[in-house]
Amino acid sequence: MTLALAVAVAALALLPLGYIAWYTADIGWTGVRELVFRPRVGELLWNTTRLVVGTVACCAVLGLAAAWLVARSSVPGRRVWHVLLVAPLAVPAFVNSYAWISLLPGLDTYAGALLVVTLSYFPFVYLPLAAAFRGLDPALEETARGLGLSGWAVFLRVQLPQLRVALLGGSLLVALHLLAEFGALQMLRYPTFTTAIYDQYRATFNGPGATMLAGVLVLLCLVLLVAELRLRGRRGYARTGRGAARPVRPVALRAFTGPVLLGLAVLVALALLVPLGSLGYWMVAGADAALDWAALAGTTGTTLALAAAAAAATTALALPTGWLAVRARGRLSTLLERSTYLGSAVPGIVVALALVTLSVRVTPWLYQTMPVLLAAYAILFLPRAIVTVRAAVEQTAPLYDDVAASLGSSAGDRLRRVTLPLLAPGIGAGAALVFLAVVTELTATLLLAPTGTTTLATAFWSASSALDYGAAAPYAVVMVLLSAPATVLLSSDARRGLTT
Amino acid sequence: MSSLTVRGLTKSFAAAIPVLTGVDLHVPEGSFTALLGPSGCGKTTLLRLIAGFEEPDSGTVALGERVVTGAGRSVPARRRGIGFVPQEGGLFPHLTVAGNISFGLPRRQRRDGARVAELLRLVGLDPALADRSPHQLSGGQQQRVALARALAPEPSLVLLDEPFSSLDAALREETRVAVSAALSASGATAVLVTHDQAEALSMADQVAVLRGGRLVQLTDPRTLYRRPGDLDVATFVGEAVVLEAELRGGLALCALGELPYEPAADGVLEGAARILLRPEQLRLSAPRPAAPTARVSSVDYYGHDSRVWLDLPDGLRVSARLDGADLPVAGTDVSITVRGTALAFPARASRDAAAAL
Repeated sequence: MTLALAVAVAALALLPLGYIAWYTADIGWTGVRELVFRPRVGELLWNTTRLVVGTVACCAVLGLAAAWLVARSSVPGRRVWHVLLVAPLAVPAFVNSYAWISLLPGLDTYAGALLVVTLSYFPFVYLPLAAAFRGLDPALEETARGLGLSGWAVFLRVQLPQLRVALLGGSLLVALHLLAEFGALQMLRYPTFTTAIYDQYRATFNGPGATMLAGVLVLLCLVLLVAELRLRGRRGYARTGRGAARPVRPVALRAFTGPVLLGLAVLVALALLVPLGSLGYWMVAGADAALDWAALAGTTGTTLALAAAAAAATTALALPTGWLAVRARGRLSTLLERSTYLGSAVPGIVVALALVTLSVRVTPWLYQTMPVLLAAYAILFLPRAIVTVRAAVEQTAPLYDDVAASLGSSAGDRLRRVTLPLLAPGIGAGAALVFLAVVTELTATLLLAPTGTTTLATAFWSASSALDYGAAAPYAVVMVLLSAPATVLLSSDARRGLTT
Repeated sequence: MSSLTVRGLTKSFAAAIPVLTGVDLHVPEGSFTALLGPSGCGKTTLLRLIAGFEEPDSGTVALGERVVTGAGRSVPARRRGIGFVPQEGGLFPHLTVAGNISFGLPRRQRRDGARVAELLRLVGLDPALADRSPHQLSGGQQQRVALARALAPEPSLVLLDEPFSSLDAALREETRVAVSAALSASGATAVLVTHDQAEALSMADQVAVLRGGRLVQLTDPRTLYRRPGDLDVATFVGEAVVLEAELRGGLALCALGELPYEPAADGVLEGAARILLRPEQLRLSAPRPAAPTARVSSVDYYGHDSRVWLDLPDGLRVSARLDGADLPVAGTDVSITVRGTALAFPARASRDAAAAL
């Protein structure tokens, strides 16, 4: 029973991938050649690749430097800097992009795109590195110093090799997110696969062109995902230092303290103050257009209800997979769990495209209905729920069931009095993660929301697309406010939620 | 409260590797039995079969006259009335101490604070702990609460699965005493699984030694220590001095001279044999001619007593337990006298005959 449910969930997760694969097979090699091997695709590939490479490099440098400063140097106010460096995650990338382009319309270039997405994504590298620095065993560094290595040599020869997994993992995460990024790049008018798919879709609905572009994009994602999975298998290296409880004596910056503080301040100003300031500016500047409180409240209500429904549905779908992954360890349950990860690595635009086409062709009565939208959210965010449900099941040892049985408790009684109460916190955390992700989801919502259903993200999008920046600002502010709690959670528990 | 009778219990897991083979065990009503064995000997499996968490391949389990497993029937764990205290206590983390203890009580009695307080006192804990969460308790307190929880529904039998192994030495002793007292006060029949021979010998009325899925000896602690069934059991339940010997005319001729002996099993034993002595049977004195001598290799000093390692002339190393005063110095020669009788076992060619510990 549980197995059948988990198989069904995995099948749902793999639906978009399966659709792309089926479509490719259907049009055959000549069709693929005609649609893929053309200058436009080459141009998109070049745009996408150089943006990914550039962003990953910038994020890696910024993330590594910031993590080292906060974790290991004597820079004043390290706790505050830590929160400030994670805080940009509360601003969705497309809001950040809006904040910049509305102030500096000239940012619609490669450099502009590089700047904006780097500022949005560097925390993805910073967070795992900060956690990894905390996990490093200071005894190793002391030993290295005792062997006569300089501070720089200790960093290169002792710390960096141990941080490799965290650094590469964070970089891959940036790359995967960037491949799926649509809103931010569309706003900056920087053409990549996602924006091209969207434009194609708008022009020709579900034409083969859009689907083939999606195929190429999925291929890129899969390459990165395979790299990620291989890294995951060796992640053990990063956790050598269990005994890092002893506080590390920070490296004194001395004369560099001033410049370092200035550098961090500039980074935080660009990543946090500019978007927040810009939002504030447009809130005030747009005030003359009279804020439509009713519309804002209505949209917020719709978004919250949608996010709650998605959180409930996704968490319910995560239960069988998470349960099996712990209680029936084996190849099959690993395969089922991995399927959901694979499915969620597919960019939102591709998931949406696949679901639109499938629902039109196979189940017309479902086209443009809530269940399809919820299915898209489930496909995109299942791993977030599975990770937490799985962790909760791991704590619900079968032992408790045995003990309760020996105390005369029946199966239903045990479920009610033992299993569910023990799972509740994990289920709640998973639901919260999905909830927060849905609140700021743009791409899939844009394509799949039933007519007349407006969320904060889509309301923001239609206003800012019409260059009505003042009208867009309030929606962005509500999204940032709703995302803030998740960011606080992330800054205190760095490992959770990031790897999904 | 009732007795426990296990007959011919056999269980194998995947790949048909037998975990238990034909185990017979009788635990009299109100008594305390320890299942002693090294890890992997099947003792925890036996406990789980008795509790009803697993089904045996064959064999029966009966509580008093009531067969709960076997003969085509199996009573589910929740209807057996067997209390279970798992290794780490296994307290429900989402319930308070009171919630844990009253878990198995009928709904009406669950809010009865007096009953919880009574059970807390039974296991030697302050009733004020009732509102604490399990994680606020020490390991020993958790074990005692787990026992109180198991005793609350007045089970006919209580099973304890290595309940003290996760505690540090000082706490373990204290918890053991409290658990023993609570069990005897409640009059419950109890079965304790342990790999710690001192725990088994000091707590139990009878000890069942398990090895490789078989019950090899079931007897009271004194007999087990003095007359173990074979040399493996002998070395498992305590330190041992095992020597090659020649049995002739009622005496065992060995590296420590001619010693009186008793055969470990009934029947006549003559010729080549191995004998068992306990280290506390060895006495040391200044070298005397004609007495067997040895060189002191090293001394482990424990305060209340000490262990002296002795090298015999033929290269064997044996140990002697002495009280603290008047210890020999390493490197000196001493004479050895043996108190009491040795226990003689048949020689087995395949075994390494060197002194074992």
